[in-house]
Order: sequence, then structure tokens, then C-alpha cells
Amino acid sequence: MNSLILRTTSRAVLPAALLFSVYVLLRGHNEPGGGFVGGLIAAAGIAVHALPRGRDALMALLRMSPKTIIGIGLVLGLAAGLPALLMAEPFLTHQWAFPGGVALSTTLVFDVGVYLAVVGSVLTFLSYYLEN
Amino acid sequence: MMNAHLLLTLPIAFPLAGVALCAMLWAKPGAQRIVSLIASFGLLLSSIALLAAVHDGTVLATQFGAWPAPFGISFVADMFSAAMVLITGLMAVAVGVYGLVGDAKAREQAFYHPLYQGLLLGVTGAFLTGDIFNLYVWFEVMLISSFGLLVLGGTRAQLDAGIKYVTLNLVATTLFLMAVAFTYGMTGTLNMADLSRVLPTLENQGLVTTVAILFLVAFGSKAAVFPLFFWLPAAYHTASAPVVAIFAALLTKVGVYAIIRSFTLLFDGDAGFTGPIIGAVAALTMVTGVLGAAAHFDIRRILSFHIISQIGYMLLGVAIATPLAIGGAILYVIHHIVVKANLFLIAGAIKAAGGSFELKEVGGLYRQLPFLSVLFLIPALSLAGLPPLSGFWSKFVVIKASLDAGHVVLAATGLVVGVLTLYSMLKIWNEAFWKAAPEGAEAALKSWRNDGATRVAMLVPIVTLAAITLTIGLFAEPFADYSMRAGEQLLEKSAYTDAVLGPRSLAEARP
Repeated sequence: MNSLILRTTSRAVLPAALLFSVYVLLRGHNEPGGGFVGGLIAAAGIAVHALPRGRDALMALLRMSPKTIIGIGLVLGLAAGLPALLMAEPFLTHQWAFPGGVALSTTLVFDVGVYLAVVGSVLTFLSYYLEN
Repeated sequence: MMNAHLLLTLPIAFPLAGVALCAMLWAKPGAQRIVSLIASFGLLLSSIALLAAVHDGTVLATQFGAWPAPFGISFVADMFSAAMVLITGLMAVAVGVYGLVGDAKAREQAFYHPLYQGLLLGVTGAFLTGDIFNLYVWFEVMLISSFGLLVLGGTRAQLDAGIKYVTLNLVATTLFLMAVAFTYGMTGTLNMADLSRVLPTLENQGLVTTVAILFLVAFGSKAAVFPLFFWLPAAYHTASAPVVAIFAALLTKVGVYAIIRSFTLLFDGDAGFTGPIIGAVAALTMVTGVLGAAAHFDIRRILSFHIISQIGYMLLGVAIATPLAIGGAILYVIHHIVVKANLFLIAGAIKAAGGSFELKEVGGLYRQLPFLSVLFLIPALSLAGLPPLSGFWSKFVVIKASLDAGHVVLAATGLVVGVLTLYSMLKIWNEAFWKAAPEGAEAALKSWRNDGATRVAMLVPIVTLAAITLTIGLFAEPFADYSMRAGEQLLEKSAYTDAVLGPRSLAEARP
């Protein structure tokens, strides 16, 4: 699908989608949004980039297989739940730290994990349909 | 002493880590093998620890994310679910080792290890969850992984089987989801312990029974009972030996587990109505399964139909619903998983040494491989229920329970089906082991003899599972005792609900 229009617009769409997806990911902590929606937005942006350019361009952009991205996402999701077990609390009980007044938590790690798992899954499906 | 949170998380965390790391290492099959084996062993060890903690009748519960029940998602281990997780761990290791040989390279190219761990994750999650919607999620995890495993080879027959398998299973899962929605509409809760307290207090008990039957249809399709079993014989005979072994061991048994759990914990209010339905389904399942097997000459097809037939015995226990019957059903599930997986592993060995799954094309294996022949007889005769093997005791308990309850027809059906099972097993014996080898069978035998690694990787799991079958048969007392106590615990219910909700229930606090 080598469309000039898609190829040209993707130059603007890809960075905008990626930026917006990170915004949605972070916003999701207290307002609508989160890793799942953010991941879908990022994957949609990458899909617009990859559709006119083919599978090789997708791999060049990601620098790794989308399957690896699924794996990293799942590892983060699992890792986010484990600190709770060390504190003898139920799995996935989220832990908080406030270094210098910034609220950091394992929820963010979990959400990033969801984000990556969604990006990886959508792009794995997409990669089988792309032209070379 | 490990705490309940850790004990309940580890059997889920190991396969999840297996999926994640195998996906990350997708281009390195060698590394995936090691990760997959470690995850399977981790599952086995953590399930042993879990069983050790609950074997005295304690029920462990944890609320993931520390959201209290019934609002968060509970994970619960009682004697029944801990035994199921342990047997899953055992199968994970046995089939995991077996899967290292044969067409392992081709399978690994097709994403075998992450899918295998994904299947284990879904099964373990389904056994441990205490939330009925979460159970639906684990069913989905299991379905997606098993679909991937089924079509690993990418052949036309496998894709054809895969489409039938997925379509029929999706129908069942949709019914399951609808039943969950109705349940939530009636009660406003999906936590199984909470449901067990709320459901009997509802005014409209007719609706509860209707939803119970909807769950029975959904779980029954998963368990491959009559008349919902069509997906199983349409699919199982196309998969490779380790894949079909793990399917045969675990997939249908998750359906049986869900039936036993829901009809002891949730829907025991109208047993006068549901009992005879389950009983009739059980009898018809036994008979159709065993007759289907009699008509086939592909080992995998014969064994697939026998899965269906054996599911009937487990349902028999649920239908009668006395403590003895439920205990018998639990013993039957445990015995059956070991025996059935082993028969499929041996079928793979027959394929490797004899060259085919088709009985007409193999033969003479008794003369060439007497050790494998004896190994076949142990699970085969156990499946048919000959003493002193494990199948005898589990059949004995189930049939005794049905006689005690006055269900003579059901008991007689169980006995006759046992004889017909023996017929099928003898058919495999006569064709594959006893009759003279057909022309051209030497090539496979030669490669079997020359390939020591394949022999070891195939025979060690087979011998281990056969030893377990013999142990359950010869030292039946502790296994039977455990199953009976697990059955009593299921019918007692209060240990389960107290562990999840605490002694003071929310149901009592409701206006």
C-alpha cells in the first residue's frame, strides 16, 4: 500500500501519536486514560508509519521484534506486583515512594507494562499483514 | 513458613514469567527451552508448597491488589484446587521434558514455549481464582494459547481443526459470559464466596436454576460432555504428541473443575432438578465416548473419544453429590489426568518407533520393544479400571457412591463402559504391539534405536507417570483419603467462604 498521501501524513502523525500516547498513559493515573488506551494510540501511529513503508521499515523503527515488546511489557506487569510480596502484602498491592515530593509508584510500572504489551500485540498482528 | 499471598501467587507467577521471558527470547529457541523448563519446575515446586499448606483442611485466600473481597479479585486454594494445581505442575514438567524432542525445532519456530506457558497460566489461574468473571478471563487465556498450540504445524488439517475448535469454544465462552452477566444482574457480585451466600437468599430461585443450567452448558462444552463434545474429536487428532498430551490432561478437566466448583459452592440449591440432568448427561457422555472410540483406528482419535467417555464418570460424581461421590469425582480427575496424558505420550512414542499413529500401519512393537509395551499396559488397563491400578479405585468409589444413592442404572452404565474401554485398549494392544510388523516399519524403529536422546526424553516422563499410576493404585489409601476430605470440604462451604470473606459475611450485613 504505497500511498503518497499516507506516507506524507505519517511524518506528522507518528510523532504526534507517540507524544499523545505518553500523555494519555500518564494522565490515566487519576483521569480517563492509561496504558491500554495509550498503547493503542501509539500502535495506531506506528501502523500509519509502517503501512506505506512495509515490514522492514516497521522493524527498523522498533529496533526489535514486536514479540519482544510483548515480553518486556509482561515482565514489567509481573515485576510491578512482586515488591508487594516482599512486604508480605497481596500480589499487586501497589507500593509508593515520594522522593523529593514526586509521587512514584509501582502502578506506573504496571501501566507502562500494559502499554508495551498492547503496542507489541497490535504490531505483531500487523506485521503479518504488511508488505515487504 | 511462607505466607498465603506468596503461596497463592507463585503458581501463577512462574508460568506468567515463562510467557514473558519466552516472548522476549523469541528468536532464541535454546534459551526459551531453559526458561520454559525452569518455569515448569517452578510451578511444580510452588504447587507442592501450596498443597503442603492446605492438605490439613486449611483454606488459603489472598486479594490481589489488596482490594478486599467481594470488591477485588480473590484467589483461593482449598484441598481440591491445590491438588489440581499440583497435578498441573506435574504435567507441565512431564510434557515439558517430552516436548524437547521429536519435531521440537519446528514447534519452537512457531512460538511453542510461550504458548505452552500461556496454557499453563490459564489453567492454573482457573483453578485458583475465587471470582467467576476472573474465571472467564483465565478460560480466554487458555483458549487463545491452546488455539496457537493446535495450529503450530500450520497444515491444512490443523487449520481446519483449529477453526472448528475456536468457533465451538467461542460459542461456549460467550454463553459463559452471558451467564456471568445474568449472575451479576441478579446478585450484584461475582465473588464466588459472596455468591455462595447471596444466591440462596434470592427470591426468584427459578432464575437461579436457569442461570445454573446456562453455566452447565458453558462449562459442559469446555469439559466435552454429551452433546457438546464435537470440538474435541474434530481437533485433537491433528496436534503433535506433546501438545495433544497437555490438552488431554488439562483442558477438559478445567471444565470439569468449573462444574464441580460451581455446583458445590454456588448452585446446590436446586439439586433435585439439576442432579438428574447432570446424571443423564454423565451416562450419555460415557456411552457416546466409548462407542465413538470403538469405531476408530487412529490412536489419537481413539484416545480422544476416551477422554469424553471418562468425563462422564467425573460428572457422575457431581450428579450424585454425596460426599463420597464428590470425593470419588476428585480422585477420578487426578487419576485420569495422569493416565490420559501418559497414553498420549505413549502414542507419540509409538509414532516415533513404529512410524505412524494409524493402527493399520504399525505393529510388532511387543517383540521389538517389550519395555514400552509394559509401559503402555499400565495406563491402558488403569483407564479401563482393572485392579490394582488407579482407575480401579476411582471407578470403584464413583460406582459405589451411585449404588449407595440408589442410582443402579448409572452404576451399571459405568461398569459396562469400563468393559468397552478395555475393548479399545486391547485394540491398540493387538494392532500396535501384538500383530506382525507391516512392511516398511523398520526405518522408524531403526531411527528410534539410534536416537538415544529422543528415547530418554520420551521414556523418562512416561515411566514417571506410569509409576504415579502404580503408586495411586497400590497405595490408594492416602490419595482416597485426601480426595474424600477435599469432597467434604467442598460440600461444607463455610471454610471456603470464611477464608475469603472473613467469618462475618457481607451478605449478613446487606439490608
